Amino acid sequence: MSLSIQITLNGERRNIALDDPRITLLDLLRERLMLTGTKKGCDRGQCGACTVLVEGRRVNACLTLAASLEGARIETIEGVATGAALHPVQQAFIDHDAFQCGFCTPGQIMSAIGLLREARVHGDPERVREQMSGNLCRCGAYAGIVEAVLDAERLTARETERGVA
Amino acid sequence: MSDFAPITAPARQRQQASIGQPVKRRDGVAKVTGSATYAADNHPQAMLHAVMAVATIANGRVVALDVDAAKAHPGVVEVMTPANRPPLAKNPDDRDTPFMFRLDVLQNDRVRYANQPIAVVIADTFEAATEGAALLAPQYEIEPAQLDMHADSEAFVPQAVGPGAPAESHVGDIDVGLAGATRRVEATYDTPAQYHNPMEPHAIVATWDGDKLTVDTPSQAMTIARGRLAGLFGIDADDVFIRSPYLGGGFGCKGALMSPQVLGILAAKLVGRPVKLVPTRAQMYGPLGHRAPTSQTLRLGMDDAGKLTALAHHARTTSSVFDEFFEPSANISHTLYASPAISTTHDAVRVHTGTPMFMRGPGEASGSIALESAIDEAAHACGMDPLAFRLANYADVEPISGKPFSSKRLYDCYAQGAQRFGWAKRVLAPRSMRDDNGLLVGWGLGTATFPVIMFEAETRAIIRADGTGVMETGAQDMGQGAWTALAQIAADSLKLELDQTVFRAGTSDLPDGGVAGGSGHTATVGNAIDAAGRDAIARLIEMAIADVESPLHGVAADQVEARWGRLQAGDDAARSESYADILRRAGLRELVGHGRGRADADVGERYAMHAHGAVFAEVKVDPDLGQMRVTRMVGAFAAGRVINPRMVESQFFGGMIWGLGFALHEKADTDARTGRIMNADLGEYHVPVNADVANIEALIVNEDDPHVNVLGIKGVGEIGVTGSAGAIANAIWHATGKRIRRFPIRVADMFADGATVG
Repeated sequence: MSLSIQITLNGERRNIALDDPRITLLDLLRERLMLTGTKKGCDRGQCGACTVLVEGRRVNACLTLAASLEGARIETIEGVATGAALHPVQQAFIDHDAFQCGFCTPGQIMSAIGLLREARVHGDPERVREQMSGNLCRCGAYAGIVEAVLDAERLTARETERGVA
Repeated sequence: MSDFAPITAPARQRQQASIGQPVKRRDGVAKVTGSATYAADNHPQAMLHAVMAVATIANGRVVALDVDAAKAHPGVVEVMTPANRPPLAKNPDDRDTPFMFRLDVLQNDRVRYANQPIAVVIADTFEAATEGAALLAPQYEIEPAQLDMHADSEAFVPQAVGPGAPAESHVGDIDVGLAGATRRVEATYDTPAQYHNPMEPHAIVATWDGDKLTVDTPSQAMTIARGRLAGLFGIDADDVFIRSPYLGGGFGCKGALMSPQVLGILAAKLVGRPVKLVPTRAQMYGPLGHRAPTSQTLRLGMDDAGKLTALAHHARTTSSVFDEFFEPSANISHTLYASPAISTTHDAVRVHTGTPMFMRGPGEASGSIALESAIDEAAHACGMDPLAFRLANYADVEPISGKPFSSKRLYDCYAQGAQRFGWAKRVLAPRSMRDDNGLLVGWGLGTATFPVIMFEAETRAIIRADGTGVMETGAQDMGQGAWTALAQIAADSLKLELDQTVFRAGTSDLPDGGVAGGSGHTATVGNAIDAAGRDAIARLIEMAIADVESPLHGVAADQVEARWGRLQAGDDAARSESYADILRRAGLRELVGHGRGRADADVGERYAMHAHGAVFAEVKVDPDLGQMRVTRMVGAFAAGRVINPRMVESQFFGGMIWGLGFALHEKADTDARTGRIMNADLGEYHVPVNADVANIEALIVNEDDPHVNVLGIKGVGEIGVTGSAGAIANAIWHATGKRIRRFPIRVADMFADGATVG
């Protein structure tokens, strides 16, 4: 059986031969492409550790069949920073100690980036809490996560005004 | 947190230590970019994937597995069952220490709990191994499972609870105390089975090279794990190499090496290739430990002044049918409240579950929610404010032992927390506060406490020819911040800047880093680091004062100080020399010092050593729907010296949120017919999500403890769970007048008596 897809992964066009039709996007990333930044916490869409952006929107990579992604634009944690320069959300997570063990962090950050693209939270922590609730953090770094998302929104809003982003 | 100014200048200019500074996580960039390598991120050459098949019954034996069907599936390489599992040098049902647990590694066809591993399928891909495991279609001979923890006829008194505490302790006469009381409270509180659920499963990547074994797996105690593996496989401990640079959460369940990890290693041995085995989330509800359920009965007597005359705390718990860990819940009543009579007792029933284990605040968390609820009921019985009642029963010495506390600033925790929370505005009677939207508002309080525990650790300090330093120890960072906090201590111990100090940890070939558990890692390893640094500096001083070419020649050793990479004679800046110059002249590439950290038994004999805190919670309850939300939490904690307030605050937050989960969310439901857990996932087993946590604050109360250890460190990892859960339960009572004694408290409890909340 041969099955291949063409995707844009972190800005790079890739032709990928799938060795098995059962492969999820998560196992494609982690076990075939060795992009292990995206984490597997539950493999059934309940924890959010595998959150990536497909066409700019947040999805659970564990619930997404790789074969369904023909032509899709996919962004993972590995594609977020620009060289050594961290994305504002990444920097905000460090600044606000928005993680402890770090295992959910790539998913949290992708979720936060997706959230800020989907809809502004307008500085409202309640909106952040609600819209980040698909990403579990067992260490309980939620207070820092909320602060980090609000901070990143302020920063990216300023950059948008200046025409940077 | 706001009390601490961020670092604005190098330590040399600040003339301050790194300890105490809110340094950002040194592993932060690795974690936010996805480059931090967790166990399952490893892919050695020619690696295969293994998937466990687990039992769907709780008691009986496996009588058939369709191995042929699994093997016929494309990509499946091998199926490991009791028939072909490689031999072990040690019986996995042997147990030598309280920190070692019996394993289920296919030693026979017995099933003793649901989700027990019964086979392992090894394949080229994860997909093929998963399908192969499903094709095994096990058949069982089912035997009745004992699941009822309330089966009194089966109850027994364990020899010890927790990791070796007596099952019973008594001071004074409870009957006399109760008889002399003018008010009494007796109530039973039930807590459920809970599962650690770290975000990262217990993944393992195992590679054999002859008799040498390399494993990538999360471990809170690499040296113990290394010894365990050496024993199981009959190899030298030096031939076992464990890498555990980042744990995706631990919370106790990665303290001992567990069955799935050993199965991954066995699978690698069977096929002669590296193997990755990652338990599924569902498979984490069985072979990987849990917090046992409890049923706790408290009997309290009070006199007219609201002082306790008796405090009796009995806890029933469970263990597995084949191994022992008994949740020491009643022992929380040893330390917090003064009473002339205290009695703590435990008994237990064996049930067909996986063996319970240490889980964040083992005994303290489950005991605290019962004790703090009962204390609240006692305050109400006396018509007293819950804080006033706690202050009336404040313990000036440890009640169970009569020992003085090494330090105790609980009073300041109460005072600072109450002020920040606004406790003085609390209306005494329940059901008497509402917000602008008509929601019932309740304010509750819980006292937090956790003992000072130290394990043993060793460290090696190195001063290099270029004047920079290295500190090495097999410490483990499960998120608490070891990479950062221990590096801060290392820099101070060598009198260097943080960025001049390399901190190496996270692998088993380094000096024994002890255990990242019991809230004792920073205290244990930190003091070992401090000792190693001082040892290295002392050697350097000896070298300098003996060297005729050194400006320090002839100065008495105790007159030489180290500061920021230089040795100096007292305040005489002219008699000063850099580390680099001393080593260069001596022709040395490096100088090594050694350190060890462990509890001082003599201090433990003389003092009771505990961290303390006070947690205040506000809960709002919808009077029509019964919906509950924790809208505010303020915790104030005194836990000895704080190495990094940023990381400590995060630890307190994490603990408090675990307390919230304990009070309102977490419960594993067992099917009484099959013994299977019905909510073995993260969708139905609820852990707090972001929206469950509104405003949360943690105040660090400064506490100088001259006794606990050289650096004065207590521990911060677990205390936040205690106090918090009870505070929320008490707030719900205050909001609604409903005293719920079965946890977690759920919406249905608000209507349990058929009445509406409002």
